[in-house]
Amino acid sequence: MADTKLMPPRAPLSLQDMILRLHAFWSEQGCLILQPYDMRMGAGTFHTATTLRALGPEPWNAAFVQPCRRPTDGRYGENPNRLQHYYQYQVILKPSPENLQELYLQSLAEIGIDPLVHDIRFVEDDWESPTLGAWGLGWEVWCDGMEVTQFTYFQQMGGFDCKPVAGELTYGLERLAMYIQGVDNVYDLKFNNHDVTYGEVFLENEKQMSKWNFEVADTDSLFEGFRRAEEECKRSLDAGVPIAAYEQAIEASHLFNLLQARGVISVQERASYMGRVRDLARGSCEAYMEKNADQWAAKYPEWSK
Amino acid sequence: MTDFLLELRSEEIPARMQAGARADLEKLFRKQLDAAGLKAGDITVWSTPRRLALIARDLPLATEAVSEETKGPKTSAPEQALAGFLRKTGLTRDQLTERDGVWFAVTEKPGRATRDVLAEAVPAIIRAFPWPKSQRWGAASLSTESLRWVRPLSGIVAILGEDLVECEIGGIKSGYATLGHRFHHAGEITIGSASDYAEKLRACHVIVDHVEREAMVREKAKAAAEAAGLVLVEDEGLVIENAGLTEWPVPLLGRFDEAFLDVPPEVIQLTARVNQKYFICRDSAGKLANAFVCTANIEAKDGGAAIVDGNRKVLAARLSDARFFWEQDKKKPLAEQAQKLSRITFHEKLGTVADKVERVAKLARWLVEEGIVKPELANQNLRHSREGGNPASNTAPEWTPASAGVTKEELADQAELAARLCKADLVTEMVGEFPELQGLMGGYYARAEGLPDAVADAIRDHYKPVGQGDDVPTAPVTVAVALADKLDTLFSFFAVGELPTGSKDPFALRRATLGILSLQIQLGLRWSIEGLYRGWASIGGHNWLAVADGLEHVRQFFADRLKVQQREAGVRHDLIDAVFALGGEDDLVRLLARVHALQAFVGTEDGTNLLAGYKRAANILKKEGFAANPNAGSEGEGVVPPTGEEDPLVLVDDPALEGVAAQFSHPECNYAREPAEQALVDALNSAEPQATGAIAAEDFTAAMAALATLRRPIDAFFDQVTVNDADANKRSSRLALLDRFRAAVHKVADFSRIEG
Repeated sequence: MADTKLMPPRAPLSLQDMILRLHAFWSEQGCLILQPYDMRMGAGTFHTATTLRALGPEPWNAAFVQPCRRPTDGRYGENPNRLQHYYQYQVILKPSPENLQELYLQSLAEIGIDPLVHDIRFVEDDWESPTLGAWGLGWEVWCDGMEVTQFTYFQQMGGFDCKPVAGELTYGLERLAMYIQGVDNVYDLKFNNHDVTYGEVFLENEKQMSKWNFEVADTDSLFEGFRRAEEECKRSLDAGVPIAAYEQAIEASHLFNLLQARGVISVQERASYMGRVRDLARGSCEAYMEKNADQWAAKYPEWSK
Repeated sequence: MTDFLLELRSEEIPARMQAGARADLEKLFRKQLDAAGLKAGDITVWSTPRRLALIARDLPLATEAVSEETKGPKTSAPEQALAGFLRKTGLTRDQLTERDGVWFAVTEKPGRATRDVLAEAVPAIIRAFPWPKSQRWGAASLSTESLRWVRPLSGIVAILGEDLVECEIGGIKSGYATLGHRFHHAGEITIGSASDYAEKLRACHVIVDHVEREAMVREKAKAAAEAAGLVLVEDEGLVIENAGLTEWPVPLLGRFDEAFLDVPPEVIQLTARVNQKYFICRDSAGKLANAFVCTANIEAKDGGAAIVDGNRKVLAARLSDARFFWEQDKKKPLAEQAQKLSRITFHEKLGTVADKVERVAKLARWLVEEGIVKPELANQNLRHSREGGNPASNTAPEWTPASAGVTKEELADQAELAARLCKADLVTEMVGEFPELQGLMGGYYARAEGLPDAVADAIRDHYKPVGQGDDVPTAPVTVAVALADKLDTLFSFFAVGELPTGSKDPFALRRATLGILSLQIQLGLRWSIEGLYRGWASIGGHNWLAVADGLEHVRQFFADRLKVQQREAGVRHDLIDAVFALGGEDDLVRLLARVHALQAFVGTEDGTNLLAGYKRAANILKKEGFAANPNAGSEGEGVVPPTGEEDPLVLVDDPALEGVAAQFSHPECNYAREPAEQALVDALNSAEPQATGAIAAEDFTAAMAALATLRRPIDAFFDQVTVNDADANKRSSRLALLDRFRAAVHKVADFSRIEG
C-alpha cells in the first residue's frame, strides 16, 4: 500500500467507533450502507444483499453489519473468545475492483492497524457453502497470526457462475476490536467511549440464549417450524416470489442449527437436513435468476445465464 | 545472445502451489521455445507469494532462417502434373529449382525476431497455465471466457535484453514496472533487464529467490531458538510454507504461558504447526519448551514486539481451547465416552461404530484364545526373524514387551478391554478438533484414568501400521487389537460385497490388508485365512451361508496384496505366482517362506539347470500329448493345478511308506532300464520322500536341496536315454518317468510359471 497514513498515537477505537469508521470508509468508496437483515442467520453471507445480489450482471456495492447466530458456539458467557451471537462486517463489491486488496488494507489503517507494526498476511483459504451452492477463492487475512477477515472472490452462487465475480470481505468485528483494544476477553471490550462494555450489553444475553439454545428450546416446535419453512418456501416458489422463498430457506437453516444445538439430530439425519436446506436455498436462487434473467440479458448483451 | 526476464505478478499465490507453479512455468516456457526452434542457456525460476519470475539466459535474438523444400513432378512428367504442382505451391515455373530431373519448390523462411516469438509465447503460457484451482475476477468476468489465474493477475514484466517484449492479455499490458514489498515500498519499481531484477527487488524488501528465503527462515528460526537457549524442532515443511507466505521473512521467537505444557506435547505441536505455522522448540533436556517461532513478513518498526505479542495471544487462545478439551475429555472415562459411538454410523450396511467395536473386542479376545496372538510374541518374533535358522536360545531379546509375563487369560482380558475403548476418543472434544490425533489421545486418556500401560499403548497404536514403512507394533495387546480392528473392517466389507474396484477403495481396505500382512509377516503370526474368516463370522453371529461368498474374495484379495507387497520388497513376481499356482495355501507365512527359498534356489547353478531340465521334460510331455497323471503335476490351459490336499502323497506322513505309494502310481516296468534311466528312478525314490518330508516340516530350503539332487540324473537321462523309443512300452514308461519327475518338482512350486 503506497500511502500508508501513519496515525498519531491515540486511544484505540471503541467497537462502535470502529463500525462507524468502516461505514465512513466504505461509504466513500461508493458502497450503500445497509442495515442488518431482520432475520436470524448464521453468517452475513446469507443476507440477500450478498447472496441474491451476487447473482446477475448488475453492479452492486454494499456494506453492512450483520448479527450472526451460531447456537452451537454458545458457552454460557464463560468462554472469553466464543459467542453464539456476534457481529460480522460485510462488504460486497460487484464486479470485484482491481484494487480490492489495497482498499481492504486502507480500511484496516482506518481502524488503527499500522502494517509496519503489525504483520498482515493473506493466507490461502477457499470458501465453500454447499448450502448455498456457492464457492470462491481467497484468503483468510491474518493480523499477527490472528484471522481477522475472510476475503473471497465469489465464483459460484446458487449453482450459477458469478458473472461478473463479486469480492466479499467479512470482518470479524469482535476479534478485530479485541485486537485493537488489546483485550483478552470479549466481554471487556469497550463498546463506546463512555464506559459501556460489551459484557454489559451482551453477557446476560449470552447466558440466557446459550441456555435456551442448548436446553430450553422446544424441539417439537423447532421440527414443526422447519417443516413449515420448507413448505412455505415451496409455496413461495410456486407463487413466483423468490425473495420470500429465500427468506424461508434462511429460516429453515437457522432452525436446523438450533435443532443441532439441542442434540436431537443424529449423524445420519444431519446430511439429509442439510440437503433439504440446500435445496431450498438453491431453488430460491434459481427462481430469482429465472425471474430476472431476461431483463438482465436485455440490459447486458454480453451476459448470459 | 541475450537474457529474457518474465515476471507474472498476482495477488497472493497459495504457498502450497508455488513449487508446482515454478515447474509448470519452466515447462511451458521450454515448450514455447522448442516450438519456435529457440535454445536457451540456463533457465531460472523464482517465486514469492506475489510473483512468479523466470530468467532465460543466452537466447539468440532471432530464430534461424529455414529453407523448406517441396518435391514436385519429374521434369519429364506431363505438363498437367507441373501445372498442378504450381497451383499447389502458388509459385511460377521460373521460381522452381530443378535437380536430377525433378522439380523442387524451395521456400526460404526467414528467422523471426525472438522478441516477436516471446510476445506470442507469454500470453500462450498464461492461458495454458495448469493451476490446481483458478478463478475469474473483475469486470471482465461478466463472461466466463475471461482470463483465469490462481488469484487475480495484476502485472507482467517481459524484457528481452533491455527491450520490452510487448504483449497483452486480459487487459494487462507488459511493461518495465513492478511492485516491491507490499508495506515496505511505495510506488512502482522500473526494471532495466534480467540482470538488475533480483537486486532491485531486494532493495525494495523483496527476496525473489525462494531458496534464499527458505534459507533465511531455516537459519534465523534456528538462531532465534538458540538465542533463547533452546533447540528448534526442525520442520522443512514449515520452512517452505513460511518462505511461500513471505517476501521478506523475519522469524521471531515468542513465549506462551508455561501452564499450557500440561496439554500433551503433540497437541501443542499440532496447534502451533497446522493452525499457526509456528515452529516449536525443545529445551536442552529435549522437553517441549513454552516457546514458538513465527515468521513475519515485515521488519517491524518496534522490532517485532507487537507481532510477537499478537501471535502469543492467538496461540494462547488456541491452547486454552485445547486445554479446555483436554480437561473436559478427562472428566469422563473412555468407557463412558464409548457409549456415544452408538450414535455414529460406521456404514449403512454395517451398523454403528459401537457395533464394530463390539465385534473388534470379541475378535481381539478370540485371537488370543486361539493362540494366534500369544503372550510370548516377543520370542516368536525373534525366532521368525532368523529365517530358517534355529530358534534363538541364548540370545537375549532386544527388548521386553510391555506385557511380558502375562498369562493367556490376562492377555485376552486386556485385549478385549483395549478394543472396547480403542475408538472412544473419536467422540472426544480434542479429536473432534484435531482428527489426526485419533488413537494418540485415546492413549493419553487411558493412561490418565489409570488403565494399564499395555492397554493404553494398544489404544494409542491400534491404527498401526498405517502404511508401508510404518512401525509394526509388537506388544501383544496392541497386536491383538490392531489385527482385530483391521480384520473386522476387511471381513465386514467383503461380507456385504463392498469390494474395492479399480482406483476406488473408499474404505481403505487395501491399506487395512497391507497392515494385516505386515503384522503377520513381521511377527510370524500363523493362521489360515479361512479359519480367521470363520472365526469372525461366528463372533458376529453371521449365518455362514450368508457370508461364505466373501471368503474366496478375501483369499484373492490377500493374495493380490501380498504380491504387491512382495514385489515392492524385490521378490520376483513369477516366483510368487509359481508358489501361488499350487493353490490351497491358506497360511501366508508358510507360503512366503517357500517363495523365499525358491528365490534362493533358482539363483543357484543347480536351480537354473533343474529349471532347464524341467522345461525340457514339460515340453516333451506336451509334444507327446502325454495325458498327465491326475495326481501328478500338470500344465496346459484349463487344467487346474493339483492342490496339496488332493495329492495323496501329501497325506503320507511316514517317509517309509512313500516308496510304497510311489509304486502304486509308478508300477515296476517290464524291461531292463538303461543305467541313466535307473539312476533317475533311484534319485526320485530318494528325493520325493525327502522333499515331501521337508515340506511337511516347513523346511523349504531342505526341500529345494532334495530337488537339487535330481539335477544331474535328469541331465544324464536326457543325454543318454531316448524317450521316443520305437518300443511303445519303453516310450510310455519313460514318459511316465518324466511325468513323475515333473510332479516331484511341482511339490515345491509350479516351475512352469518361472521365467528364464
